[in-house]
Amino acid sequence: MLNASLKELSAGLGQRKFSSVELTKAFLARIEALNGRLNAFITVDAEKSLAQARAADARIAKGSAQPLTGIPVAHKDIFVARGWLTTCGSKILSNFVSPYDAHLIERFNGAGAVLLGKTNMDEFAMGSSSESSFYGPVKNPWNSDCVPGGSSGGSAAAVAARMAPAATGTDTGGSIRQPAALSGICGLKPTYGLVSRYGMVAFASSLDQGGPFAKSAEDLALLLNVMAGFDPRDSTSIERAPEDYSRDLEKPLSGLRVGVPKEHFGEGLASDVGKAVEEALAQLEKLGAKRVPIELPNSGLSVPAYYVIAPAEASSNLSRFDGVRYGYRAKDYADLGDMYRRTRAEGFGAEVRRRILIGTYVLSHGYYDAYYLKAQKIRRLIANDFVEAFKRCDVVVGPTSPTVAFKLGAKTADPVQMYLNDIYTIPANLAGLPAASIPCGFGAGGLPVGLHLVGNYFAEAKLLNLAHQYQKATDWHRREPKGLQ
Amino acid sequence: MPLTPEDVRRIAELARIGISEAEVRTMRTELNNIFELIGRMQKVDTEGIAPMTHAQGAGLRLREDKVTESDQRERFQAIAPQVEQGLYLVPKVIE
Repeated sequence: MLNASLKELSAGLGQRKFSSVELTKAFLARIEALNGRLNAFITVDAEKSLAQARAADARIAKGSAQPLTGIPVAHKDIFVARGWLTTCGSKILSNFVSPYDAHLIERFNGAGAVLLGKTNMDEFAMGSSSESSFYGPVKNPWNSDCVPGGSSGGSAAAVAARMAPAATGTDTGGSIRQPAALSGICGLKPTYGLVSRYGMVAFASSLDQGGPFAKSAEDLALLLNVMAGFDPRDSTSIERAPEDYSRDLEKPLSGLRVGVPKEHFGEGLASDVGKAVEEALAQLEKLGAKRVPIELPNSGLSVPAYYVIAPAEASSNLSRFDGVRYGYRAKDYADLGDMYRRTRAEGFGAEVRRRILIGTYVLSHGYYDAYYLKAQKIRRLIANDFVEAFKRCDVVVGPTSPTVAFKLGAKTADPVQMYLNDIYTIPANLAGLPAASIPCGFGAGGLPVGLHLVGNYFAEAKLLNLAHQYQKATDWHRREPKGLQ
Repeated sequence: MPLTPEDVRRIAELARIGISEAEVRTMRTELNNIFELIGRMQKVDTEGIAPMTHAQGAGLRLREDKVTESDQRERFQAIAPQVEQGLYLVPKVIE
């Protein structure tokens, strides 16, 4: 049961091989056994989950089940859920019990899924290692001395350790794809605007996008079918005809043009990662894909531009955390200004404070043009590089992360070192393109390597098709960490 | 262009985040390192390039001027730090 795909679980439930209550209890037991060590979950509430499981069983018995009915799903603690603590991994929301559901949570509830728990993450989604959480770091199930990646490390670790058959995350600069790569599972960041951000606590509004984690591309498609769709409450939500993201999974790859950007295979890429990615590219060619060399000449500017745009938007978004209407409020203060300053100094961790200060500076009087406006122009150059590339290829493929999972504490001394982890993932966020990471092998220390796929706008079905065909010919995605119990 | 300690204090005040003198020193070094990273983009010529704010160049959607929300004040204020008679309580501002 713990290793089954979403399709198998759905079939098992439909055939009464097991109930949603039994299934949920099995995952809750796994969480109980492993979470002390991995710290993937911040909140688990068996009573609430089992109540949903019972409702799902009733729905299945009535014959009105949907593909995800009765299936437990873990959610990154950045999605608000009514009656559940939602912390964003921060002290400033450590007492925040949400009065409403995120759109994404409403969709999963409507589909009859079971909310399995809220997963750990870098504070306010700012990080690439899940080490900055107020609730302590998440450990990589493949090696508990290593990070699982971030910021959605809890969700990635939960799926990798079979504590959940599926999970959600958010991706602003790589925060779904990079932990998927470092934890050996599949993760997808949809096209900007596809998944509603209503109820998804905002970090950088023009970059944030919610997306699924699972053990296979097939499962990602099922999850995306539930998550995607127009929501009038999100002003950036795109209105378009609904799609079945699993419709093209079985298409053969012959003739598919795989664009390989030379800039993503240069200095900075660890040789073990490069080797696994090269083997994956050879495998894709064996499946009939055509390899096309492409250029993304402005790639090197994506990290600098991102570290202007994201902190700028974050400084604005996080100004709402002031101790007035909800969340943490400082105990002692002399006046209102003092209350704000202490609440925010005490409530936010170091990385969050750093990014708010960067953002405040680049948006301040006299600096807006030199920094924020400049970065938005660079963003246009990066998006244009992809427009050009997609004239010559169908999917851009490369490494997701420059290295395999690094040791806890290895990069916390120098923020810039941490930022460079996102060098391959950030361009897709800046351009708003859909992108995914799927397992493609192992590197140093037996740690997983992820293959990064970027598609054209709204081409998730094509991305998932490539991933699924690759997964039919290989078994990297079926490997699981040993020694977990 | 490196930040001075005064710059750090000023930004912290704009962001309403309290900062000690020791933190001003550490923050200053960290922020200056990050600004060095950001500086790489200054060397690129972006003359004539239109800034990009949205992937598909979409603008803000309009909707009918109709009331769609209901009064949920009690539910939202149930989690407030200090509330009285429907008002959020904060320290006095006006002397």
